[in-house]
Amino acid sequence: MVATRPSWAPEGVDMEVPSPARMYDALLGGSHNFEVDRRAAAGASRLVPDLPKVALSNRAFLRRSVRFLADMGIRQFLDIGSGIPTVGNAHEVAQRAAPESRVLYVDIDPVAVAHSEAILAGNERASAIEGDLRSPSELLADPRVRSAIDLGKPVGLLLVAVLHLLPDADRPHEVVATLRDELPVGSYIVISHLSSASRPEAAAQLGDQARNQSGVPIIFRPRDEITTFFNGLTVIDPGVVELPLWRPESEADIDEEPGRSLGLAGVGRKDSPTS
Amino acid sequence: MTAAHSVERFAGRWAASLKGAVAPAMTRAELDVFLRGLTEQLTEAMRAEPFRPELGRAVGKALIDAHYRDASVLNRTLAMLGEEFVTELGDVIGDGADVMNRVAKLHGAVAEGFAIELRNTVLAEQETTQRAALAAARAAEERRRASEARFQAVFAGAAVGIGVVDLTGTVLEVNDAMAGMLGRMPDEIKGRTIAEVIGPENIGQAYAEFGKLVGGEIDQFRLETAHLRPDGRVTRIDLSMTAVRNRSGTPDFFIGVAVDVTERRRLQNRLWHESRHDSLTGLPNRTLFFERLEAAEQPIGLCYLDLDGFKNINDSLGHDAGDYVLRVVANRLRKSVEPDGCTVARMAGDEFVVLIERCGSPDRVAREAEKMLAVFGRSVEFDGEQLSVTGSIGVVHSALVGADPGRLMRAADVTLYQAKAHGSGRWERYDPARGERELTRHSLATAMPAALAHNEFLLHYQPLVALADSSVRGFEALVRWDHPRLGRVSPGEFIPVAEETGNINALGQWVLEQGCLQARRWFDEFGIDDLYVSVNVAATQLRQPTFVADVLGTLDQVGLPATCLQLELTESAVAGDTQGALLALRELAAAGVRLAIDDFGTGYSNLAHLGRLPVHQLKIDRSLLASSRRGEVVDPAHDKIVAATISLAHSLGLDVLAEGVETTPQADRLRLLQCDGAQGMLFGGPVPVGEAAEILARQTNRANSA
Repeated sequence: MVATRPSWAPEGVDMEVPSPARMYDALLGGSHNFEVDRRAAAGASRLVPDLPKVALSNRAFLRRSVRFLADMGIRQFLDIGSGIPTVGNAHEVAQRAAPESRVLYVDIDPVAVAHSEAILAGNERASAIEGDLRSPSELLADPRVRSAIDLGKPVGLLLVAVLHLLPDADRPHEVVATLRDELPVGSYIVISHLSSASRPEAAAQLGDQARNQSGVPIIFRPRDEITTFFNGLTVIDPGVVELPLWRPESEADIDEEPGRSLGLAGVGRKDSPTS
Repeated sequence: MTAAHSVERFAGRWAASLKGAVAPAMTRAELDVFLRGLTEQLTEAMRAEPFRPELGRAVGKALIDAHYRDASVLNRTLAMLGEEFVTELGDVIGDGADVMNRVAKLHGAVAEGFAIELRNTVLAEQETTQRAALAAARAAEERRRASEARFQAVFAGAAVGIGVVDLTGTVLEVNDAMAGMLGRMPDEIKGRTIAEVIGPENIGQAYAEFGKLVGGEIDQFRLETAHLRPDGRVTRIDLSMTAVRNRSGTPDFFIGVAVDVTERRRLQNRLWHESRHDSLTGLPNRTLFFERLEAAEQPIGLCYLDLDGFKNINDSLGHDAGDYVLRVVANRLRKSVEPDGCTVARMAGDEFVVLIERCGSPDRVAREAEKMLAVFGRSVEFDGEQLSVTGSIGVVHSALVGADPGRLMRAADVTLYQAKAHGSGRWERYDPARGERELTRHSLATAMPAALAHNEFLLHYQPLVALADSSVRGFEALVRWDHPRLGRVSPGEFIPVAEETGNINALGQWVLEQGCLQARRWFDEFGIDDLYVSVNVAATQLRQPTFVADVLGTLDQVGLPATCLQLELTESAVAGDTQGALLALRELAAAGVRLAIDDFGTGYSNLAHLGRLPVHQLKIDRSLLASSRRGEVVDPAHDKIVAATISLAHSLGLDVLAEGVETTPQADRLRLLQCDGAQGMLFGGPVPVGEAAEILARQTNRANSA
């Protein structure tokens, strides 16, 4: 009888909407993206010409923070909102520091996940799954997460350039608190977040553009809303700071002009049970 | 200055020139090392003879591979490979005439390598991206197909009917089960509206609910509807519709789930019918009759019919004959009065009732009764035999009795018995004057079992004294009824009713138990071991096969010596040929129970018969003393009878107690006649248990102080 798909069934993957993961790749000069992503990235860059540098700063922060966590003895990383793992991704940095390190990438974009799987093919200790940060408990209970990450040992949780994609309605602070509560003591949480702190006007313009044109809302949060993500954690020096100022390797590595970065970043450690 | 130093310096400046170019892979320190390597390669290319362009191309490729892809990177790199390159690294690459020529070739090779690799990388990345997109789309499609397959399995295989309806009420999909219920093919239903699925009597309600569903007021509604199938059959469907909302909360479509409840309803109807109809005659039974009566429109007429001598038919021809007669009569009654809009019901056995609603006048009921009697004009043929059957009918109308169904039924019942009493094959109208009495009797009879259970009965005690010293020797237990509605009902009213209805056995047993219990309490309290309680026993009680066992069992249970109990029997109860009664009395007397003949002098007063009974006491009825009630005037005839009775009784070894003694002269005269005991107002009337105890207490004190 009814052999064909009923007309009221839900649709599949939508290629007509820009994806934050692919936009980010376009900003970094990659070509893992589509016209729709490049157009959105270019539109944002027209408003804030140094936007590619923010992406660069963020990538550099990821690199430095993963290396720091590896130095602190972390050997398993959970990268939520990982996007497309272009050069210098978490598993490269972590496994260069300690080859036994395990990395699990999680992204909500099925294209980014398929992409990651292609890049990670052959790497036994790194994998990618589709998952939703907005349901943190379900995510941590996912058997694929459980087989990659041992929640009995400290975890490096990377929330790099992802929380600003969650509007307040998605309760991002509760999301982070839930993850924090479920991680074992000794775990680290790495956060970078677009902020309205240094350049409120640019932030407002970009926020409007994102909301109205690309359809991907980006929430530029004020500094205090970003520092509260670290509640219940011991914030590692130098604290929650502008992206390029978090433990730079040298003066020459600071690409953005200090005081003008659109991103804030920090690393916190769970030193005692929080719930 | 060494060559290595020159390479390092050149690479450092090259790195500085690339500052700000987008490439996420390396730190500045790593970049320095990386560019030193490239510088070595460039010098090698310069030195090679002949010139090796592939070394230059490798440098361009390496930049791309290190993620330096911006056009400005090539621009800045080529700028570095000019004057500065030649000056800084002159020692290594030489400075012959063709150096600039070679530099130009090197530019071409680096740019070529850069361009080729950039193109390859972009194509490869695009390829990967396309493939990832495709894989993601395929995975999504696969997931959707799996979920759809699951849905299809549920949809197609479900035993319940499932349908999908759009916002306009048009059916998009139905499964086989749903189509089956509607008696059509699935394709016939798709595209139609819910109006064609829902029966006409529910369509208004369905559309109203559907509107609320679309408007978001409700999420679900449910209704039961009768659907007329194309084949003419009717399916009863229990349908619930649920809105399926999208992310913004507006409904996308509706899912209807339907269960075929035709069979269930049919079964329910059958069960309902069976529980309310008589299986023998098919007539409504008493349950349905009372439901109809309760709901009946006033005024109401009732005809209560009972077949005359039906028991004889059963006894002489067997129950098959009886059942057959009942069926025939039921059928005839139905044919006779149902066309007038009356309900005929079988109440029990051979009793039928006809209910006439909106019954304008008592005459209308009478007419129906006449029609019913006419039914018996024809005999009933059974097994070749002509059986003539008649019936009697009690006729009532709510104008005379009131609208209360219970009262109406009782009045009809009472009237029926009056009709029967006046002869068979006739109907009788309710007579309010007589009926009222009967109704009271009736209500007492029906209330009695519950009254026993609810402790509405109680005992009063009247002293029985020895005439010699006026001391209390015992008490007669007299039963009283505190009816919650009628108040104190006199024993004269309810004892005959209890005897007629058989309730007397239960009531008698209750009086026996309570009397014995009380005697035991007094026994314990005052230590009078020869005090007795006298309890009346009805004739039917005495004839109960278990009577002796009941009495002795009660004494045993209460722990009362048999000598503390006296049973009072009327002369008539022990008169006649009642061998069983005689045996019972002998057994009780042998056990030590005192026996008294009550109301002596009102019946045949056969002393000769009494002599054969194991009786201890005669109680002379108050009527024999009546004449002496007024002072000292003594009726000589009565006085002689009393004297003779006392003397005869004594000669038979019996005690004598006079009832109804009211005056001192009466008592004096009885003493003179050697009467042993007395009872009456002179010595105290019947009193509640507390007062009786006070009498005993006073007597005990007197005895102790004496």
